[in-house]
Amino acid sequence: MFAAARAFSRARRVPRPCAALRTISSSAPTRSDALFVHRDTTYNNPKIPFEFNPENLKRAQEIISHYPPQYKKAAVIPLLDLGQRQNKGWTSISVMNYVANLLEMPPMRVYEVATFYTMFNREPIGEHFVQVCTTTPCMLRGAYDILDTVCGHLGGIKPGETTKDGKFTVIEVECQGACSNAPMIVVGDDFYEDLTAETTRKVLDAFKKGEKPKPGPQSGRHTSENSAGLTALTEKPYGPGEHCQPEFA
Amino acid sequence: MLRHASPATHISRPFRAKLRRSFATVQDTPVRRYGGLKDQDRIFTNAYCRHDHGIKGATSRGDWHKTKDIILKGDSWIIQTIKDSGLRGRGGAGFPSGLKWSFMNKPGWEKDPRPRYLVVNADEGEPGTCKDREIMRGDPHKLVEGCLVAGRAMNANAAYIYIRGEFYQEASHVQQAINEAYKAGYLGKNACGSGYSFDVYLHRGAGAYICGEETALIESLEGKQGKPRLKPPFPADVGLFGCPTTVANVETVAVAPTICRRGASWFAGFGRARNQGTKLFCISGHVNNPCVVEEEMSIPLKDLIEKHCGGVRGGWDNLLGIIPGGSSVPVLPIDKCAEVLMDYDSLKDAQSGLGTGAVIVMDKSTDIVKAITRFAHFYKHESCGQCTPCREGTTWMMNMMDRFAEGRGHQREIDMLLELTKQIEGRTICALGDAAAWPIQGLMRHFRPEVEKRITQFRAEHGPVLFGGRLKSQTDPTLAIPDNLGANLPEVGAPSA
Repeated sequence: MFAAARAFSRARRVPRPCAALRTISSSAPTRSDALFVHRDTTYNNPKIPFEFNPENLKRAQEIISHYPPQYKKAAVIPLLDLGQRQNKGWTSISVMNYVANLLEMPPMRVYEVATFYTMFNREPIGEHFVQVCTTTPCMLRGAYDILDTVCGHLGGIKPGETTKDGKFTVIEVECQGACSNAPMIVVGDDFYEDLTAETTRKVLDAFKKGEKPKPGPQSGRHTSENSAGLTALTEKPYGPGEHCQPEFA
Repeated sequence: MLRHASPATHISRPFRAKLRRSFATVQDTPVRRYGGLKDQDRIFTNAYCRHDHGIKGATSRGDWHKTKDIILKGDSWIIQTIKDSGLRGRGGAGFPSGLKWSFMNKPGWEKDPRPRYLVVNADEGEPGTCKDREIMRGDPHKLVEGCLVAGRAMNANAAYIYIRGEFYQEASHVQQAINEAYKAGYLGKNACGSGYSFDVYLHRGAGAYICGEETALIESLEGKQGKPRLKPPFPADVGLFGCPTTVANVETVAVAPTICRRGASWFAGFGRARNQGTKLFCISGHVNNPCVVEEEMSIPLKDLIEKHCGGVRGGWDNLLGIIPGGSSVPVLPIDKCAEVLMDYDSLKDAQSGLGTGAVIVMDKSTDIVKAITRFAHFYKHESCGQCTPCREGTTWMMNMMDRFAEGRGHQREIDMLLELTKQIEGRTICALGDAAAWPIQGLMRHFRPEVEKRITQFRAEHGPVLFGGRLKSQTDPTLAIPDNLGANLPEVGAPSA
């Protein structure tokens, strides 16, 4: 997104034709990540059937039971997520309609939710969904280099595109909440942290080969401790009742 | 001294008396240094996931120890303990937690037939913040136990933990903890054998920063778009599913059982007055060893970085600025960084804020304008679109910051941008508008010369720039250009050459 804006501002340096000056106002082009409308296509239309498999239906019933019976619609986000997982990682119009039917809510309310939250992909994605965080804390640690590495290593695709073999989709995302382990990428559900260009390529290569590299920091760090040696929590953790008030000891 | 005293004869009598007395009573007050928390005083003993996060490991670290006794102490005892401990909300606003929880127990609450909810805000999305993640994957039982204790304090029937959708591993650890707690009889009907019924549910979000706002979180939990609600009515009156609800941050909830067990005075013994306790700080950016660490409140920012992160990359003098509390608070320049303490009041005095305790360090190699521009992009992306000042304003700010990062602008536009931020701030339902405005205000407060320098440089290379970023050289000289586009304005502050 940021890269697109940079390209946009570069493009503006080209002298414009004089006629453009006369335009007093023009509507800005849509620069959101995805369209908010649905257009029927061969791969995404309401006629394509979708329903939960028995296993997911059981899970769905379990999720619905968490909410008061008159507020079944509270389960819409978890259910859409479940549907997305079953539908190869994207939420088609059929998934939305099915969830609306299951929760007895108007389909429009489901569409509203599916367009609001960024984790619902309304277009098909590749087998491995690579999300590169480029918000400032990651950016300071070189996230744009990682983005370039990822895009270059996958055959020069741009953020938002899928590789020709349909194996990888790359997008730029906002903060994923692993800032002390920046820069990081998310592949599917797993975080790959503390990346360098080299380790990024290694992670992607492993996915290409059909393996699943170990999630977490790729630098040898365990989680988010000081990489030069622990500065806290070096002692054995205290046990039950230790240091407590006498009545709770 | 006599010479100093003579003009004072003109001042009114009481003031003079005060002045004299201050001379007589000067003492060397003992200086207390904060920081240097010992391991035995750390609450999150498994923050680095080096031990078992399951129930076996958790109980061996003291979780679920005599929870029944805490529950049996009753709501007012728990709330009083939290009040005495001085705990303030760890999600950013810093509201006193005991007070907030007590809003649930208004006189006559027993007559209200509605169910009551505790909602735990685990939608950690503020850039720079990664503390709740460590709690949820390392110490999930502390959170689940905290739900029960906090829930008992506000007489809630159930707790919903709203975790951001991206945290898959964390969600599975918390779900595992919930399942284990049910199995062990710590939750459900007759929780911990205390006769109190309490349920805990996990709800996964789907990627929206705005859902970290308490009313947006409630909306999202109800299965709608995460658009904040107007207050009042406050959630404590009409919240989730129309019932009394309190939303609290993960860290706030998770520290409650330990405070109850170890005593309010223990917790209140850390940090300065009104800023007591321990806190998880997450340091990211240009430090040698970024990390998440639990430290005493009021630890000097410099100590925190030098002690736990191996210092700033290239030494302290290589520092440019620090954002001390996540993306929503203004940046601090190096001279202020050296003296501020990491607590609510000290950072507020320095015109910044503690926020979530997310320290983003930037060294001299940083393009600070670009860094703040990236935040403007973030807020533009995350604005929910409900209030016009925020929806339109974040886009405007982003566009202007994009131009400033390049230098394509007019000096006067800096003030226009500042005016714009003032028009957004305080005019929206939730604080996202404010949060979007503050980083830019902070940038202009401390790094305005840098922005001006860029504008001057760009002007030197490309000639005058109109308001809105078009070059004067691109305009058609045969057509009249309205004067309000600034084409013929002399550049303020431009070098004479």
